Amino acid sequence: MARSWREWEKPLVDLEEGIRRLRELRERVAPDKAGALDRQIAEFEQKRDEYIRIKYSRLGAWERTLVARAETRPYTLDYIRYLVDDWVELHGDRRFADDKAIVGGLGRIGERSCVIVGHQKGRDLKSRQYRNFGMAKPEGYRKAIRLFQMADRFNLPVVTFVDTPAADPGVESESRGISQAIAEGMFAMFGLGVPSVSVIIGEGGSGGAIGIAVANRVLMLENSIYSVIPPEGCAAILWRDPTASDRAAAALRLTAKDALELGLIDQIVPEGFGGAHRNPQETASNVKLAIERSLDGLAPLSRDEIREQRFHRFRKIGVVAEPTPTREA
Amino acid sequence: MSADERIAVTFDPGSFQELDADLASENPLAFPEYAEKLERGFGATGRRDPIVRGTAALDGMRVSVAVSDFAFMGGSMGSVAGEKITRTLELALDERIPAVVFTATGGARMQEGLLSLMQMAKTAGACRRLSDAGVPFICVFTDPTMAGVLASYASLADVILAEPGALVGFAGARVSAQAQVARVPDNFQTSEFNLEHGMIDLVVPRLEMRETLIRILAHVTQRGGREVGAVMA
Repeated sequence: MARSWREWEKPLVDLEEGIRRLRELRERVAPDKAGALDRQIAEFEQKRDEYIRIKYSRLGAWERTLVARAETRPYTLDYIRYLVDDWVELHGDRRFADDKAIVGGLGRIGERSCVIVGHQKGRDLKSRQYRNFGMAKPEGYRKAIRLFQMADRFNLPVVTFVDTPAADPGVESESRGISQAIAEGMFAMFGLGVPSVSVIIGEGGSGGAIGIAVANRVLMLENSIYSVIPPEGCAAILWRDPTASDRAAAALRLTAKDALELGLIDQIVPEGFGGAHRNPQETASNVKLAIERSLDGLAPLSRDEIREQRFHRFRKIGVVAEPTPTREA
Repeated sequence: MSADERIAVTFDPGSFQELDADLASENPLAFPEYAEKLERGFGATGRRDPIVRGTAALDGMRVSVAVSDFAFMGGSMGSVAGEKITRTLELALDERIPAVVFTATGGARMQEGLLSLMQMAKTAGACRRLSDAGVPFICVFTDPTMAGVLASYASLADVILAEPGALVGFAGARVSAQAQVARVPDNFQTSEFNLEHGMIDLVVPRLEMRETLIRILAHVTQRGGREVGAVMA
């Protein structure tokens, strides 16, 4: 079992690195030697494509978890760069601080100005720490709530991008009411009279995710995950064995396909050949199209209908056996 | 304390009428060892879910009630608990009577995966409707009240009471300690810690719980009467 995306994709990454070097070499060699190099590059590329086809057609739940966490995957601000026009980031919760693990602001998606909020991770050591690994503190959820409420006042749709391993579990967060902030986030989203769309772009990590994901439409990227607990945690609790994470990932049914089959999400957004990290632009245009279509579908609804639709979307979720329904006394 | 004992010491004698007692989990993910755990929970409590719900009276006032029993799979919230809590809040809304919920839980139930996470949203939606309609909801945190339940309906009550010394927090204490360089305070994730940080209204000893609930409900429903006054005198 591979422990990280790097380990799992290593042969592929090596192949891609080889191709890059051959191309560099190709720029520098004499014209009579170029033909041989071209053939070699073509051969490598064919190998790479074949490798991607095989690897990505058989992604198990654990492999998807690794891909969903890949630090080369596009993050919220990347999607904003690709698909949002005239972006203005807005900071702070007006109560305590500006959480760097949740970004928010105003921007245009297609023809519509929207309020956009999403978890933000970092890529290198420094930016990861700066973003607290995408783990938001209470002030992050409170910033989101403030922006949701502003969207409601100005009749702007709300779009959220979900990508967090979990909400921040530290003493600070407990002291400032992380549970209350997450609950309040859901509460605020249920109250919105404007349409909302949430897109799970990477890790949909438990309470940290749902706190900004109570939307009229919930979409998942093909290789994203959405789970009540990380597979490692599940394996540790159930089998006292963190190396059983692959078994736990499968048991938790945390992939986009699972969530769609269980009726918990509305749509899977395709990522293109080899995943979003190989095709950020293509993935972003798929995301943009899906958001626009979702908002088009919600546009005819009144404010009350928007709230009703959202409430019933979540109200109906749950699998229960009810042998003898009791009438209310 | 079992759900039955809790009901007996809190509500008017003989007033509790249970609803949805047969609502049972279906193991929708075919999760390993889940069926056995449900059976064990049934063996321990004689029930199909930690949440026991129904109607009861508090000093004569009709209330919609749910009480969690920790002995059933650690009081965890899956589809059934989410549904029962939602129905508790909906009955309160339909009849415009207060909702009173006692929590005792480790959080969302892992064995129902994303379905359990969605119960956080479902119950929060029911809280929203109750709140918009101006129907009171009181939640009492008992030991422990954690994670997915604390981060959903439990924290959305109009008034939050907690028993002394109850464990109340988002992340397991070990996770929190690992995440922190600083020392974890001695009273970390207790009722008292939460009171100090402004997250709950009141820490109430078990023997005073019934009277406190009656007094608060009398105020918020503006039905404060002679009997209530007598209790508190």
